[in-house]
Amino acid sequence: MQLLEIKDLEVFYGKIQALRGISVSVNSGEIVSLIGANGAGKTTTLKTISGLRKVHSGSITFKGEDITNMVGHKRVHLGLCQAPEGRGVFPGMTVVENLEMGAYSRKKSESGKVKEDFDRVFDLFPRLNERRKQIAGTMSGGEQQMLAIGRALMSSPELLLLDEPSMGLAPMLVSQIFDIIQEINRQGTTILVVEQNATKALSISNRAYVLETGSVTRSADAKELLDDDSIRKAYLGE
Amino acid sequence: MHNFLVQVPPSIIDGITTGAIYALMALGYTLVYGVLRLINFAHSEVFMVGTFASLFTLHALGITKTPTGLAIVGVFLIITIAAMAGSSITAVLVERIAYRPLRKRNSSSLANLISAIGVSFFLQEVYALRYGRDLIPFPRILNKTVLFRIGEGEIRLDKVVVVVVALVMMFVLDRFVNGTRLGRGIRAVAQDSSTAVLMGVNIDRIVTLTFLLGGAMAGVAAMLYGMFYEVTQYNIGFVIGIKGFTAAVLGGIGNIRGALLGGFVLGLVETFGGAIFHAQWVDVVSFSVLVLVLLFRPTGILGESLQRAKA
Ligand SMILES: Nc1ncnc2c1ncn2[C@@H]1O[C@H](COP(=O)(O)OP(=O)(O)O)[C@@H](O)[C@H]1O
Ligand SMILES: [Mg+2]
Repeated sequence: MQLLEIKDLEVFYGKIQALRGISVSVNSGEIVSLIGANGAGKTTTLKTISGLRKVHSGSITFKGEDITNMVGHKRVHLGLCQAPEGRGVFPGMTVVENLEMGAYSRKKSESGKVKEDFDRVFDLFPRLNERRKQIAGTMSGGEQQMLAIGRALMSSPELLLLDEPSMGLAPMLVSQIFDIIQEINRQGTTILVVEQNATKALSISNRAYVLETGSVTRSADAKELLDDDSIRKAYLGE
Repeated sequence: MHNFLVQVPPSIIDGITTGAIYALMALGYTLVYGVLRLINFAHSEVFMVGTFASLFTLHALGITKTPTGLAIVGVFLIITIAAMAGSSITAVLVERIAYRPLRKRNSSSLANLISAIGVSFFLQEVYALRYGRDLIPFPRILNKTVLFRIGEGEIRLDKVVVVVVALVMMFVLDRFVNGTRLGRGIRAVAQDSSTAVLMGVNIDRIVTLTFLLGGAMAGVAAMLYGMFYEVTQYNIGFVIGIKGFTAAVLGGIGNIRGALLGGFVLGLVETFGGAIFHAQWVDVVSFSVLVLVLLFRPTGILGESLQRAKA
């Protein structure tokens, strides 16, 4: 079943066109990655899906509903949540408060399920459990990344959007984060992950899209791209 | 020197009393700044409307002489609610009419400033035309009974009420902002508004709530001011607004606890300045504080960077 469909999406920053008519789809249960160099338009794509950027033309459909012009905060209620690029945690809040922000969109009647999700997040990221009371702004880059992902999970999303989860992390930590992403998917969450450094992303994905200066230039099974010489040269640093 | 020492206890008492009112005002500036990075210069008129709201309520209740016994509590409750309602409704309307349309168009902060000044003049003139430009007296609702003395300093009932009510309101606000879901929403928007949207926060609703809370605090300040100074006027908000703004900047604008600290520090600096120079110099002292802080420590006493501020 198709969960997310983006069709011919064009997005501008003033006069600069960041997306030149891209089409991407994500099916329920998949991990899909969007790879591309710095400035290709990956972050813009995710921001537009989340409603932070206005669409110039094209459409976004989520769970069969046209959300192209829906205000951003309502999209979270529909079951879509993003862990933004870089250190997108609330720096002045504690770990627990950040996670509670993730559950902001959930109803009071769900409080039992929210508690379960706290346990689930602490299970996935034991580090966060040890640091419940720590102010997020004082944590290391890796810990903040875990917090950003955990926080997004607290909304109990059907589709999790991850913007460069490996950015700025030590190789050991990168592997760990990707293992956790895979585990989250195994537990039933569909994932669209954006990455510049593509090896890890492709190795856990079902399918992938290659983005170059605002256009999709390839889309294929992730395995096929991993084996492709030109892709290896361009994005896998070989 | 002896003369100055004699003035220490009364200066402390008066500094804390006026400081409490400044702190309540500072909260309005700091809350709005935290969420929108905007200085709501119309906040002084939000205060002014609050003083009129409590005065009219006193008139409506037919209070002409000081109530006694339990009636005092009842009168206080009613005029407090009236002042809070008048001020918060004004604050919310100011945001809807003067700021929101500009925000939706991504206008410059200069445009916001001009809009704020326009709204301030509009409200002042409406009240001036309707109620005149003279000072309007309040009936006395609380006797200025001296409870006890510390040296030359008099601990008076009305001053105690000002400080206690202000502290209670500050505590309630602090609990709301730091201990509830909506309060977290306010802090989230203040710290990173686009990420707040990603968490499902309705920014417009949070902005309305912020103006409402800031207005409510200004309303309480207005009620206390009316009870304490027993006058109001169409432009009563001007000086107190600048004092509240100074207190907010002094504590570190955007920082709630800083606003409280800034209010009390400013009140004390002012009364001591008045004791050292002359009572007529208090405003000069306050405005000098504002200029000095802006010049030498624009991040305020607590000095947290704005984005990091724990709201
Ligand atoms: N706020 C902005 N204002 C103007 N141009 C922007 C802005 N954000 C991104 N861009 C431009 O849009 C293009 C895509 O950027 P982005 O989506 O951040 O790429 P990526 O995430 O793939 O590195 C780039 O050319 C970038 O310079
Ligand atoms: Mg990016």
